[in-house]
Amino acid sequence: MFTKILIANRGEIACRIIKTARVMGIATVAVYSDADCTALHVEMADEAVYIGPAPSNESYLVVDNLIQAAIDSGAQAIHPGYGFLSENAEFCRQCAAHNISFIGPPVEAILAMGSKSAAKTIMADAGVPLVPGYHGEDQSSNTLKLEANKIGYPVLLKAAAGGGGKGMRSVFSEAEFESALESAKREAISSFNDDIMLVEKYLLKPRHVEIQIFCDSHNNAVYLFERDCSVQRRHQKVIEEAPAPGITQTLRLQMGDAAIKAAQAINYEGAGTVEFLLDSKGNFFFMEMNTRLQVEHPVTEMITGQDLVEWQLIVSAGGHLPSSQSELKINGHAFEARIYAEDPDQDFLPSTGKLNLLQPPSESANVRVDTGVVEGDDVSIYYDPMISKLIVWDTDRDRALTRLANALSEYRISGLITNIGFLYNIATSNAFRAADVDTGFIEEHEEEIFRKREQDISYAAPLVTAAILKLRTQKALHDAHQSNEPNSPWHLTCSWGITQQQIKAQVQQAIIDGMPNPQTSLDKVTIVDEGASFDLFTPQGFFHCAEVQPDLGLDGQDLDSGSLKAPMNGTVVASFVNVGEHVSKGEVLMVMEAMKMEHAITAPSDGMVIEFYFRHGDLVDGGAELLAFEADNT
Amino acid sequence: MAIIKTKINTKSADFSANAEAMEAKVDDLKSTLVTINQGGGAKARERHISRGKLLPRERVQGLLDPGSPFLELSALAAHGVYDEEVPAAGIITGIGRVSGQECMVVANDATVKGGSYYPLTVKKHLRAQAIAAENNLPCVYLVDSGGANLPRQDDVFPDREHFGRIFFNQANMSARNIPQIAAVMGSCTAGGAYVPAMADESIIVKEQGTIFLAGPPLVKAATGEVVTAEELGGADVHSRISGVVDHLANNDHHALDLARKAVSRLNRTKPVNGDLKETVEPDYETKEIYGVVPADARKSYDVREIIARIVDGSDFDEFKTLYGTTLVCGFARIFGYPVGIVANNGILFGESAQKGAHFIELCAQRKIPLVFLQNITGFMVGKQYENDGIAKHGAKMVTAVATANVPKFTVLIGGSFGAGNYGMCGRAYDPRFMFMWPNARISVMGGEQAAGVLAQVTRDKHERDGNEWSAEDEAAFKQPIIDSYEHQGHPYYASARLWDDGVIDPADTRMVLGLSISASHNRVIEDTKFGVFRM
Repeated sequence: MFTKILIANRGEIACRIIKTARVMGIATVAVYSDADCTALHVEMADEAVYIGPAPSNESYLVVDNLIQAAIDSGAQAIHPGYGFLSENAEFCRQCAAHNISFIGPPVEAILAMGSKSAAKTIMADAGVPLVPGYHGEDQSSNTLKLEANKIGYPVLLKAAAGGGGKGMRSVFSEAEFESALESAKREAISSFNDDIMLVEKYLLKPRHVEIQIFCDSHNNAVYLFERDCSVQRRHQKVIEEAPAPGITQTLRLQMGDAAIKAAQAINYEGAGTVEFLLDSKGNFFFMEMNTRLQVEHPVTEMITGQDLVEWQLIVSAGGHLPSSQSELKINGHAFEARIYAEDPDQDFLPSTGKLNLLQPPSESANVRVDTGVVEGDDVSIYYDPMISKLIVWDTDRDRALTRLANALSEYRISGLITNIGFLYNIATSNAFRAADVDTGFIEEHEEEIFRKREQDISYAAPLVTAAILKLRTQKALHDAHQSNEPNSPWHLTCSWGITQQQIKAQVQQAIIDGMPNPQTSLDKVTIVDEGASFDLFTPQGFFHCAEVQPDLGLDGQDLDSGSLKAPMNGTVVASFVNVGEHVSKGEVLMVMEAMKMEHAITAPSDGMVIEFYFRHGDLVDGGAELLAFEADNT
Repeated sequence: MAIIKTKINTKSADFSANAEAMEAKVDDLKSTLVTINQGGGAKARERHISRGKLLPRERVQGLLDPGSPFLELSALAAHGVYDEEVPAAGIITGIGRVSGQECMVVANDATVKGGSYYPLTVKKHLRAQAIAAENNLPCVYLVDSGGANLPRQDDVFPDREHFGRIFFNQANMSARNIPQIAAVMGSCTAGGAYVPAMADESIIVKEQGTIFLAGPPLVKAATGEVVTAEELGGADVHSRISGVVDHLANNDHHALDLARKAVSRLNRTKPVNGDLKETVEPDYETKEIYGVVPADARKSYDVREIIARIVDGSDFDEFKTLYGTTLVCGFARIFGYPVGIVANNGILFGESAQKGAHFIELCAQRKIPLVFLQNITGFMVGKQYENDGIAKHGAKMVTAVATANVPKFTVLIGGSFGAGNYGMCGRAYDPRFMFMWPNARISVMGGEQAAGVLAQVTRDKHERDGNEWSAEDEAAFKQPIIDSYEHQGHPYYASARLWDDGVIDPADTRMVLGLSISASHNRVIEDTKFGVFRM
């Protein structure tokens, strides 16, 4: 076994690896960039090596720096974690060249799975099921139709050059085929000037189910069952669970066998994940294989009682798999929810800032929190804005799900916007409780998940007014204790002696007026005060609320002063107009980038830019004035 | 610890009959107040709202800390006094919390005769200022008034306690660092113009507030100059040109927000007077007072039953329990504040008066505020008592009450007749606050007694003249006197004329006292120097 390893990663996964290494008596070396000098993984590791400036392409992605760090610190192996260089063949090669063990698969396996089309060919040859399709050169409509008939309806017509849904049609019967093909081709020509079409099996409500596999260098291979990661937004997993609900033992065996076949086809070693699409009839098709530890590996650990990082270290050091297939059993049910600094109401725009308050639910045998940040840390623009992973376990799915909802409602984060409420709404939605999941889950249940329906708002309204009174009372109690006469009846908040007025509040995006009803019970409601606004975790979902402040007639006054502020921390990418040039309302003045997303700063009215305070490439703090704008006099 | 154990059976027929009688009085009070709270009627309210203005009570609420109590004063002012109804005398006054600080709020109600000042409007305004001055409370004026009521100028303008006194008070309070803040939310004409001008800090609402010594009609009459109200004294003029105001507000909400901010900058802290404890609710519901007070005012009852329903934990440490038993004196707490309670339990005798004087001395020495629960038909009369010197014993108590320099609070829980009113800290003895229950009666003596005295005098005259005076004639003579005393002794009659600070629901007594006592603690309690006690 190794005595010292270097972890070529940061954040929660670096901390996660350090924990296991420590238990196994292996010393750890962390690496860090300028942005991470005081990060938790640096603090936890036995030693730490500086590897460059904050941007990851100048630090965590620089192969030479990492290899040098390993050499300098005397580490015998490098654990790449996930992301960054974990599936980088060159990095793997460089490790070998410097006699450092790469804790992951052989370089050939990485290369084989690196190209998606090549991977599919390998898998087809190995007999792993693929989504049936026609990718041929004969583009006559007759051939295409024949192929479609062969595949069986519904099928999907896709422009080979396509993207963004353009030139794509789903066809549910032979009768529809010709007209669908024509319109798809028309659209493909106009969009891409190329009308070559692919025909694929159209999977109805497919689920994303993946198999965790493990192989050692002694030709042993096992699968550690499946994970269902169907709940995704923009192809990013949101909540994962294991085992996948509703999977029969037979199907599990079939998928497990197929996954092992896939691994063996490329002489795999170490931890890997074979991702499948599973249709409603129980047919599954190979999607891709990830040659690393997955973000969501903890759910597998929770149901198998195994430590996958420990397994990785053992296998990499040339050891045997710790368990045989027959020794592995599924015990209970686990969920993982990814806590992100992002705003679900604004299309998941990443949010940055300081974690002024960070209070995860208390950990136990049932609740696990994997994180790489502590209170007071910044979520910066440089890296993935994941704050933590919340993992829960219980004896069955229902109980585990209840635990998940409870744990989410106990999670306290302030300083930046998070997706906790969004996760809570998924966890408490009827559809998710019924395990009615597929990859379109969030779009399909958008109304329920975002709790914007009238029925949701009218359910929440009395709770909101009651919560406002409760918060008022809490604040008054606090003030009372701070004062030199805490007993004074002037601290009361019951509007004594005055007619109580209606309370105007915002619930989600809706505005409500209500009189607080003393009968309203807040027993099952968790209120999280955030100063200007507050969050309600109720049995029927999460609601972001605020008391609507009276209109002080200040609207438009900011506009008069001509200030335009940065919506978040980020980098100025471009300015689109010249100083003194007349622009009309809504025109883009400047574009900022934060965490790979662009944000346009537009003209608030007709007028002109007087001065830009930042130039291309400048880093800007959220809230900083970007430019001076003078509105036309109307 | 001396917890009062009630002897009242809340299930008894007496209790329910009493409660029913009191309930009827309280209901009448509440419905009267509901009408008064409407201000100047639907039409005037609509016109007010259509101008984008908040109603005066909305303004008060918007000014106060959300949900915090409002101790409204003299809501019955001018009730039934003038030929026309002038609800609340066209001005809302009361104590409320603004930015954590207890303040006196004075808000004109422009829906009532344009917010003009009737004689009782002036009296109510001055009373609010007096309370502010006595208790060291910052004043916030929400101004929306056309100024003095011209037809009644003789009762509004010239005298010492008339309109001019408002500004005299502003200047003198300001001199004592009792902050004066004014928000001009409507007209502020003539003498009224001095409210913002005399304020320490003032605010005006854009396109809504106006301040001028003389309005456009008077200017035209005086000099022939034609000018709009806005040009003459609009918000823009006063915030940009004249400097009469300090802050320009966009609307009512903004003005209230600015006023709240102004209060938050006062740099004041409330002094703590004495030893405070945690609040403990009484062992008995305050509302049970309804059933404790006999429906028949002539029936006597033990005032300790009232005390048990007002003080913390019904805990009452009585002083001289066995001496002068018609006056109950003792120490207790209300909302954790220590108080000395002086309560009538029958007619005052020489011993009770001496006991009262002694107890008041104790409280003044220890700087403990005094609460008087007044239910008194007077001092004992008759040869024996006069010979025993009841006048000088009474004088001791009156001296003690008059000169005790601790906050005093008086609640008229029953009768308030004759010299008993003096000894029990009636209006003339400057209690910081004085409230009446709806069953209370106040007059120089009872109507029956007054009619009896006058009838006796008349009978003597008839007898001297050798005329017959039948019993029927006597009854007919007495009835109007009794009726008049009943009418004038009624709490609404008293409250309409500002003889008190308001008629309150007995169930609110504990709360009203708690708020008043707490408000009084804004001023440090000073030493007492008593007058000469006649021994």
